[in-house]
Parts: sequence; structure tokens; C-alpha cells
Amino acid sequence: MVLIYIDHSEKEIKKSSHEAISYGAAIAKQLGCSAEALLLGTVNDDLTALGKLGASKVHQLNNESLNNFDAKVHASLIATAATNLNAEVIVFAHNINGKAIAPAVAVKLDAGIVTGACSLPDLQNGFEVTKTVFSGKAFAHIKIETPKKVIAINQNSFGIQNFEASTTVVEMTLPIPAASVKVTNVNKIIGEIPLTEANLVVSGGRGLKGPENWGILLDLAKALGAATACSRPVSDSDWRPHHEHVGQTGIQIAPNLYIAIGISGAIQHLAGVNRSKTIVVINKDPEAPFFKAADYGVVGDAFEVVPALTAAISKMKHNE
Amino acid sequence: MNILVCISKTPDTTAKIAFTEGNTKFDENGVQWIINPYDEWYSLVRAIEIKEKDPTTNIHLITVGGPEAEPIIRKALALGGDEAIRVNSNSNDSYVIAQQIAAIAKQGSYDLIMTGKETIDYNSACIGSMLSAILDLPYVSLANHLEVNGNTASVQREIEGGEETNEVILPMIISCQKGMAEQRIPNMRGIMAARTKPLKVVEPLATNAHTSIKEFSLPPSKTGVKLIAPDQMDELVKLLKEEAKVI
Repeated sequence: MVLIYIDHSEKEIKKSSHEAISYGAAIAKQLGCSAEALLLGTVNDDLTALGKLGASKVHQLNNESLNNFDAKVHASLIATAATNLNAEVIVFAHNINGKAIAPAVAVKLDAGIVTGACSLPDLQNGFEVTKTVFSGKAFAHIKIETPKKVIAINQNSFGIQNFEASTTVVEMTLPIPAASVKVTNVNKIIGEIPLTEANLVVSGGRGLKGPENWGILLDLAKALGAATACSRPVSDSDWRPHHEHVGQTGIQIAPNLYIAIGISGAIQHLAGVNRSKTIVVINKDPEAPFFKAADYGVVGDAFEVVPALTAAISKMKHNE
Repeated sequence: MNILVCISKTPDTTAKIAFTEGNTKFDENGVQWIINPYDEWYSLVRAIEIKEKDPTTNIHLITVGGPEAEPIIRKALALGGDEAIRVNSNSNDSYVIAQQIAAIAKQGSYDLIMTGKETIDYNSACIGSMLSAILDLPYVSLANHLEVNGNTASVQREIEGGEETNEVILPMIISCQKGMAEQRIPNMRGIMAARTKPLKVVEPLATNAHTSIKEFSLPPSKTGVKLIAPDQMDELVKLLKEEAKVI
């Protein structure tokens, strides 16, 4: 059986978990077994709808205290549940919480783990999973040698597929270990699309010359419904909030569309965005290295091109 | 307070990525090695700041690597840290590495075990979480802020769209990322002192790897950027919609 961990926040299942369920269901199909999901805590989502993603059962530990994330407690419960349910493959989204618990679960189950997986396992010669390495510059094909296996799948790497199945929700009871952390404060930036969850991202670099010029970028982001990001020099100069810095030593993202404005495209920046599906580069300098990594490019003055692009997007949306 | 800081050797961020021996090994020819930036700039520097505030703090560095790792260990000692341990193993399996670190951790009594969020070469982000399971300790990952007060730590970790503060009773494990501290350049005094700081080498525990790398491959090269003239933004929008299908 393939068991998929459902990650949620504020009683809502995360999109990366929907992807993980679809991915787990596809593996189950390869192995000829069932795909079931594991939920620790309570959510407002209709769990029976998870059948559409391929989960035939949802095992739920219906204890609201588990809505607070506690890596030690969660990993312990997941490992116990996986053992009790006889899961062979345990799937996580390789997202913020997944990174905190999947490896611990693997250790508890004596299972090999591949994190940052980007495609389905290859079953021709054992159980081989491909993951991105060298900050997205290469792939490693990794064989898991153990009977039980744990996989954490990269966000936005496996499309959500449709199954016409229904789901039964099964209540589970397990003794809950004592909490190892106490959540004392949560600070969420309201009204902004979180960068790690965004499908569309508009990013600015030194080419915009100063923080006072960010208006044109924000207008484009608004027209697109995109999150905003920036290069390291911009973040270091405090032109933009530090959490917007994408790159080798900042955040790594994999949106469907990444629009880079006035960013030259240093290797360290590319390491943060090279898993984007489509990259558009707008830069005055035709020799900017970023053009070599781009799908579409506009050589021109950002101060003219960006407002023109915003206008074109608004026009398209208006005509829809 | 005793802190164990995990240090990893990685290729420099501008290194050309190529493979040899039938694509089974990373080609180390001409590669410059650095301390994994997350380990150095965020994890180690924060530990050093804690020691600057409380000089009774002991910082031990640990690396799982062969003798080629010693230059970067000395670099880390030059930044700060009282002594280093190198476990003589070239394994790149996270489970094997975590077992080595755990074995050393069990011999000391560390209040805090710190790692970087992931290494820039394998991007596995496994060590901290694995240590938490092996040592049965609380773990907070992707931390961008840490304060220690006696035997409690106040750790701020990243969540989608914001951050969350956790209070944890020590001992604990954390993985560190941007925001935790700022990169430092070692000074001459530090570099000189590093030469005589203890660097102990121990043999690894025999452990079976759970995974093996069969092969590496490179992504297909990009087919070449499609350039659109600045006055053709309607055309770009059309391409993004109909060709790329991203809007």
C-alpha cells in the first residue's frame, strides 16, 4: 500500500499535498496496490473528495492538537501509522513540513528515502527514483535498497491527475506523544501570495535601479495574480523584504512562470529558479547571461517593457 | 552550553557540473571546495554569536568526510569554533552520515545540534530530521531566528507565507537558513588560531546505506530563447497563454 501524508495549515489541505496524493496514486498504480492518505488533525476540506486525486481511504487521527506542527510528534505518529497499516511506500510533499519529518519517518521505518524527487519511480531494475541535485543543475537516479521506501516529491513537479474514485474516511486512534515544541506566535503576511506556493512569480533585480521604481513590477504582479521576488543584491540593499530573495542562499522556487526583470542571471540566482516551467527575461543588456536560461526574452528598457506587458495582460484578461 | 555544528564540504556555487566514470561520479577536476553556505553563513555564525554573548559556550564542529575535507574544516575553525571532529567517511548517503554524527553527538552532551537547511550539492535536507529520529530529540527545521535563554530556545521557523515561533526545551536540533545570521569573513587572527585548534579524526561506524546513486544525468539544454520585440507585448502574452500555457 502507498501511504501519502496530508499536510495542512489553518484547516486547509495544502496544494502540495494534492500533488503528493496524485503522485502516490500513480505509484500505487505502478505497483498494483492501493493508495491511501494519512491525516493528523482536522481540516475543513471534504475528505471524501480526495478520491478524485486517487486516495481510496483517508486514515484520520482526529485530534485537533495535531493541527500544531511538531516535527518529533508528527514523525513518530506517521511511522507508527505506516507500520500498523503495512505501508510499503510513504509519500510526502517535499515542502516545508515534509522536509522536517520525511527523513525522520524513514529512519524510524528503516526505509531508504529520496527527497526532492521529480518523477515517478523506475521499476525496471529495482526501485529507482530521480531527484534534482546540484541546485537543479543535474539529476541523480537513486536506487532505494530497502523493503520500505519513503519519497518526498518536489512541488509543482507532478501534475494533479483525475481519478473517478470515492474515498472512505477511517478514524484512527493512537496514543499521542507529549508535545516537543510550543507554538507561541504565528506571523503570516496577509494579502500576499506566499512565494513557495505561487504558480506565477514576477522578480526584480538591480536593473530597476532603486526601490522607488518597484511600482511597475508590483502592477505587473497584480495584473497577473503573481507573487513577487527579487535577486540577492536587491535583498541585501534592503530594497525589498528579505523573504523575497530567490537564489542559491535564499529561497528556491519552481513556479509555472518566472518573469525576471533587470536581473542579469548569475549562477547563484539561477540555482533558485531553474526548476521554473517557463522563464521570461526582460533586460536592457542583450548579453545578460539570463537569456541563455530563458524560454522567452525581451531586450529592452524595463521601464517601457514592463508597463506595456502589464497593459497587454490586462487587455487579455478583459477579453476573456 | 555545548553546541555541535555540522559542517559539509560542497563544490563552489559557480562550479561546472559534470560527471565521469559513465556518469556515476561527480567530476571533481578543477572544482573549488567551500563550506556549504547554509552551514557556514547561518548555522556556524549563529553559534559563534551565541558564544560571543556567552563565552562559556563550547562549539564543536563535525564533518563526515575524507582528508580532502580538512581545508574547509580549518576555514570553519578560522571563523569560530573550539575544536573539530572529522569522521573519516566519504559516504554521500544521508542515513550513513546522520548515523556518524549521531554517534559523536551521543558521546558529548550537546544542548544544541545545528545544521544548514540542506547542502547545495545533494539538496537532500535530511540530516537534521534523521538526527531527530536517531537521538529522539525535538527538531525545528528551516529556522531563521534563534534565541537561547538558559535551557529554553525560542526558534522562529519558516511557514508558507510567514513564520512561526516555537519554544523548545533543550536539547534540540535545528536546521538553519537565511535570516539566522549574516555571512562573515574570517580575520587573520582567526586564521592563525585555526591552525592549532584540535581537529580529531575518528573512524566511522559500520553502517549500511539505504540508497545508492546509480547514475547522474544533465537536463536537456534549453532550445534557445525566443526573443520578442519590446513593442510586441501582445505577442508575448499570446505565447505565454497559447504556447507555454502558463497564464
